Amino acid sequence: MKEIEVSGKNVEEAIAIALKELGVNREDVEITVLEEGSKGFLGILGSRQARVRVVVPDKPEKLIEDFLEKVLQSMCIEAGFEIRHREDFIFVSFYGKELGILIGRHGETLDALQYLCNLAVNKVLTNRVKIILDVEGYRKRREQTLINLARRLSNKVKETGKRIVLEPMSPQERRVIHTALQNDSRVLTFSEGQEPNRKVVIALRQ
Amino acid sequence: MKELVLTLAKALVDYPEQVSVNQVEGEKSVIIELRVAQEDMGKVIGKQGRIAKAIRTLVKAAASHQGKRVVVEIIQ
Repeated sequence: MKEIEVSGKNVEEAIAIALKELGVNREDVEITVLEEGSKGFLGILGSRQARVRVVVPDKPEKLIEDFLEKVLQSMCIEAGFEIRHREDFIFVSFYGKELGILIGRHGETLDALQYLCNLAVNKVLTNRVKIILDVEGYRKRREQTLINLARRLSNKVKETGKRIVLEPMSPQERRVIHTALQNDSRVLTFSEGQEPNRKVVIALRQ
Repeated sequence: MKELVLTLAKALVDYPEQVSVNQVEGEKSVIIELRVAQEDMGKVIGKQGRIAKAIRTLVKAAASHQGKRVVVEIIQ
């Protein structure tokens, strides 16, 4: 959020100066008149300057767009993206060629970009937003893969009676595994180890 | 590659004008040295190096795209 206070001969002039300084349009700002200003007698005696406060409210979409455009450009990746507002997060979906590079192994690159995008945007904002990045439905596909993996491994645990430790995963991915098996009466899941090497364990219920 | 590190670092710190990046070309790999204001060190490293790791992951992805091995070093 940017905010400045500006004086001028009258309210209109003060606003014009402020808009020019901020480099924004009038419809993008909130204006508070602090001092009306007066011409005084014959325009000389007792004249008071007008004073206004101009606030540019947070525009998370704009910040996201600026950040991602710069990053994609410096990574030499030609990709477009679409920003959509969801109930409690902002969803960004990339489209274009050669996007495998943007996903990385098990979504590693996409997660890194998502993490940095959240940090960079929320650094500027007063009200935090949650940003989720996706490449052509990758998140959904990965979720299904994890659910299938969870079911397959839980069957193995039931057959052998031995617990299985999965490979390290992010908190979001671990949650998918826990959720997939939470209603299974024969196995239980829990996590062990420290981030970023925290792993899900699937074991037989006693 | 230098530009990517610069872009990311500037977006994360409080003193973007104090961010500088130096690229050292080695035989097989490229070393990118990142310098930020002392107060901003935490902003590019993060808890348990999480931010530094994310920066390196992105740089690695961009580098593999161009067939190079790149090391990012954060200089005190």
